[in-house]
Amino acid sequence: MKSVLVFISSILIAASVMANDIAPDALIKSVSGEVLEIVRADKDIQSGNAKKAADLVERKIAPNFDFLHMTRLALGRDWRQASAEQQKALANEFQTLLVRTYSRALTEYKNQTIDVKPLVLKAGETDVKVRSEIKQPGAKSIQLDYYLQKNNASWKIYDIEVAGISLVTNYRESFASEVRNSGIDGLLKSLQTKNKSGDTIAIKK
Amino acid sequence: MKTLSVRVNSVALMLLVAGLTTGCATSGEAKDPMEGFNRAVFSFNDGLDKVVLKPVAKGYDAVLPNPVRTGVTNFFGNVADVFVGVNNLLQGKLTAGASDLGRVAVNSTIGLLGVLDVASNMGLEKHDEDFGQTFGRWGVGSGAYVVVPVFGPRTVRDTVGLVLDVAADPVANLDHVPTRNTLAAVRLVNDRANLLPADKVIEEAALDKYSYVRDAYLQRRRSLIYDGNAPREAESQ
Repeated sequence: MKSVLVFISSILIAASVMANDIAPDALIKSVSGEVLEIVRADKDIQSGNAKKAADLVERKIAPNFDFLHMTRLALGRDWRQASAEQQKALANEFQTLLVRTYSRALTEYKNQTIDVKPLVLKAGETDVKVRSEIKQPGAKSIQLDYYLQKNNASWKIYDIEVAGISLVTNYRESFASEVRNSGIDGLLKSLQTKNKSGDTIAIKK
Repeated sequence: MKTLSVRVNSVALMLLVAGLTTGCATSGEAKDPMEGFNRAVFSFNDGLDKVVLKPVAKGYDAVLPNPVRTGVTNFFGNVADVFVGVNNLLQGKLTAGASDLGRVAVNSTIGLLGVLDVASNMGLEKHDEDFGQTFGRWGVGSGAYVVVPVFGPRTVRDTVGLVLDVAADPVANLDHVPTRNTLAAVRLVNDRANLLPADKVIEEAALDKYSYVRDAYLQRRRSLIYDGNAPREAESQ
């Protein structure tokens, strides 16, 4: 009887720990499941309403990302050249660009489903990769991997790899060449210009 | 067969030209020493795509219902599976290679000449292999990045692989010329149509389309050589 009680209470403790501290694979599963459910029901997003898709991404997806970390990785060794304000401004612009890209990808949604692979989290681990697969009828599935790091109590995504292409790494060379040619401010300016040009496209649509 | 050898020769000539221009490169980028040449070819390819291939692919996309599109993709996927299997065997991945050839056997018969991908439903997963990946697996370095006219992004290693892929291509080796040309054209348009959704995302994402496509290509090839399990690239901090 005593061992049964110990067993039950240990399950209760485990459950309460999980509630406070959602596991990285569970986080990805719940966020992507929720977002796809919304997109599936929203004809506007499916027919290319980028504004509506961007709202959804800002609301549901962006809070799970660590944009400062992403920007630091994309800048590599140039990050230390930037002042604190520049770093913040860069992270802001990069966030806008990534949210746009993500929203655009959502408007291309057609009946895909996401299959998140379970992750065995080792004790004390703070940096993990959660694997998933986008399944699409009549086509090869696409590998989609999330990199997460634990800061304080919550897991934040700091990179996504689509079919082996890291979103963050893909900006590294173009950021470095901007900085080489026109400095941190030059990079900031071209990010701002890029984001503004996106606005006019969105308005035209 | 004659047109094939002409094509292979023109690729070789192009490589030679590419090699000669290496001396007058202007880039600080280690893996892209021919950036000036590559950018020129990239904008040529991009222009060609905008004027010819993309409009055709858009029409194709609009006209054909999805199940037909899937059938076409499956048909050419089945044709490609023959050399996907051969390349897996050349890389020593015997189980994967046998599974690929099993796919061809199943899909060519029960799958009505490849139109239905019955093998995937039976648990024989489709793989993505080519001669460039085989060389990579054998330890051949990728060499410089090259934008090949018409074919697009490659590396020197993958360009050599491409020459073999084309030489081994069952469609290119058909003797009946009208059939060969028709099949090659449909395959090209179908492949392009499958990439249409990616276009908009790239336009949205890229600060500089040339380097965005280049870096995505290089990352993708690296990932393929590791069969999707590439170690994370070192961060230069």
